[in-house]
Amino acid sequence: MEVLEHITRNEYAYGFTTDVESDKVPPGLNEDVIRLISAKKNEPQWMLDWRLEAYRIWQEMTEPEWANVHYEKPHFQEISYYSAPKPKKTLGSLDEVDPELLKTFEKLGISLDEQKRLTGVAMDVVVDSVSIKTTFQAKLKEMGILFCPMSEAVRDHPDLVRKYLGTVVPRTDNFYAALNSAVFTDGSFCYIPKGVRCPMELSTYFRINEAGTGQFERTLIVAEEGSYVSYLEGCTAPMRDENQLHAAVVELIALDGAEIKYSTVQNWYPGDAQGKGGVFNFVTKRGLCERNAKISWTQVETGSAVTWKYPSCILKGENSVGEFYSVAVTNHHQQADTGTKMIHLGRNTKSTIISKGICAGKSNGSYRGLVKMGPRAQNARNFSQCDSLLMGDACGSHTFPYIEIENRTARVEHEATTSKIGEDQLFYCNQRGIPTEDAIALIVNGYCKEVLNQLPMEFAVEAQKLLALSLEGSVG
Amino acid sequence: MLKIQGLKASIDGQPILNGIDLEIGRGEVHAIMGPNGSGKSTLSNVIAGREDYEIESGSLEFEGTDLMELAPEERAHLGLFLSFQYPVEIPGVSVTNFVKTAINQHRKAKGLEPMEAKDMLRLMREKMELLGMDKGFLSRSLNEGFSGGEKKRNEIFQMALLEPKLAILDETDSGLDIDALRIVAEGVNALRSPERSILVITHYQRLLEYIQPDFIHVLHKGRIVKSGDKGLALELEKRGYDWLKEKEAEV
Repeated sequence: MEVLEHITRNEYAYGFTTDVESDKVPPGLNEDVIRLISAKKNEPQWMLDWRLEAYRIWQEMTEPEWANVHYEKPHFQEISYYSAPKPKKTLGSLDEVDPELLKTFEKLGISLDEQKRLTGVAMDVVVDSVSIKTTFQAKLKEMGILFCPMSEAVRDHPDLVRKYLGTVVPRTDNFYAALNSAVFTDGSFCYIPKGVRCPMELSTYFRINEAGTGQFERTLIVAEEGSYVSYLEGCTAPMRDENQLHAAVVELIALDGAEIKYSTVQNWYPGDAQGKGGVFNFVTKRGLCERNAKISWTQVETGSAVTWKYPSCILKGENSVGEFYSVAVTNHHQQADTGTKMIHLGRNTKSTIISKGICAGKSNGSYRGLVKMGPRAQNARNFSQCDSLLMGDACGSHTFPYIEIENRTARVEHEATTSKIGEDQLFYCNQRGIPTEDAIALIVNGYCKEVLNQLPMEFAVEAQKLLALSLEGSVG
Repeated sequence: MLKIQGLKASIDGQPILNGIDLEIGRGEVHAIMGPNGSGKSTLSNVIAGREDYEIESGSLEFEGTDLMELAPEERAHLGLFLSFQYPVEIPGVSVTNFVKTAINQHRKAKGLEPMEAKDMLRLMREKMELLGMDKGFLSRSLNEGFSGGEKKRNEIFQMALLEPKLAILDETDSGLDIDALRIVAEGVNALRSPERSILVITHYQRLLEYIQPDFIHVLHKGRIVKSGDKGLALELEKRGYDWLKEKEAEV
């Protein structure tokens, strides 16, 4: 397999930094830092108390080591927990955004312009620790939809935030969720009122800019009875020699008959071809489904040095549906341990898991998933399909499916395949005039089709390009 | 069109082709016949540029261009087409998407813009009619779950779309029942033209009843041991390959 051996030094296209002044808290973590973050965000006392309690919980916890990834643990006292581009006053219009930052978004191909109206996307942009600009707020407000930075929601919609924050991912859930609860800085809050179908994609774009900072965003989406929302997040970071920590928490609440579709295109800096630098992406994402509700997670993961992430569904209400569609690409020295948990509690609950792993270079990809059928989950159904595609012979792919069944009427199906991009496939494409790089993009996109089809149209195209880019030259 | 001289090739140190001389003129149809293991598929792979083979010596020219230095896709762009004996499956990639990519890569090599979607569709429909193919075919994953006949028809469909100057049909008859064979052969015949040369590689004579060659060559132990017109095929049918093997042994 000579052609499959050559691994490139494909440049990360988003690896620039933006030269804007920032207001950054000195590195280190203690109660005073948390008080400072809370004060900078003008938070009410209850929010501060909630954070401090989380901090106490975190201090009692130890870092988990069960994931199939190896890395030097972050030094938590060396991270700055708050960084905001100056000026940090509330931005009313685009003219007030630092021009340097606007250039950044041009480079990223993101338009903060109202021309986004054409593509039907409302966007919130988070750089380092604060939200820069949320578009279309006014239009959404007419329908009663709230879409704003989390820090704003804490101030303006405290009842909603207090009611739901930490209900799906409690502070005690795990080490990184506890840390996030203590120090989270920004993220998006969405609230869809009863019976409302959100007319556009809601989208948040996350960017780590400042060196030596961590990003701890918190996203909360509440879909009231019978409502619908599609939400998308994208992420990039500059190229840096040191590892940066990203520890987010996302909570979704789908009340009776509601549907939430949550899509992620994750492209944090993966480190260089020698494995230096890159983002540690340790994320807790979970959704709760009440009766007849549906939550669908779709993720295209191509970035980060180390990923540790299991978007999950708690299928509490009867007839609720959970879906997980994932493409996880690892190249060079990247490591990913990702999958999902489908917790069936209610009767007639259904879940589908489609996971597509692609490993190239010296990378390691693992699927880890739990399907649990509780004692009251009469007639619950799960179908899981976990496929791995290997490129070259220096990478590794692993599958860790956990299945727990406590109800005799429940049914669980699991299928798994491992394949290689074959020389036969490449030669066939070459013979039809398709050069190897294009052939790989074609084959990989075909392999991921079931997942890419789940993405909103505009982002599916972006994701396809990203897949091709992150595997560029992985054979040659 | 194609000129091969003294071609020797091996795989993993094992010699397969031991000095092939073959010249195919414009518009000519040649057939290469030979027993299993005689080097037929190696020859077609080497012409198409598969890298697994070591070229020991000899030359390979296509319309005066040295093919040896060219990648398989560059050879394809010059107008060389290989219909595979075992076409590969590419799951999740529809026939439409695959042929669209192939056609546009050919156009790109010629400095042309990608073809308009509606022109592409019209072209595909036209060629499908030519081969009596079903419309549902276009949205299926390439070769996935295709019957032997469908796979071979798909090869000829792509040949019709890419309009090569030289088409090599590698064991196109293998795995086909008589009806499928007839349909595929009719497709090939419809693509015969004074501008297009065809090299048919086959073990059996039966394909040559449908696609009548101008010249027949017999390959044995990596060498062309006998050449003739289509009468040679009938003789082979009657006498088998053994008399040629013996004859070679005498030499």
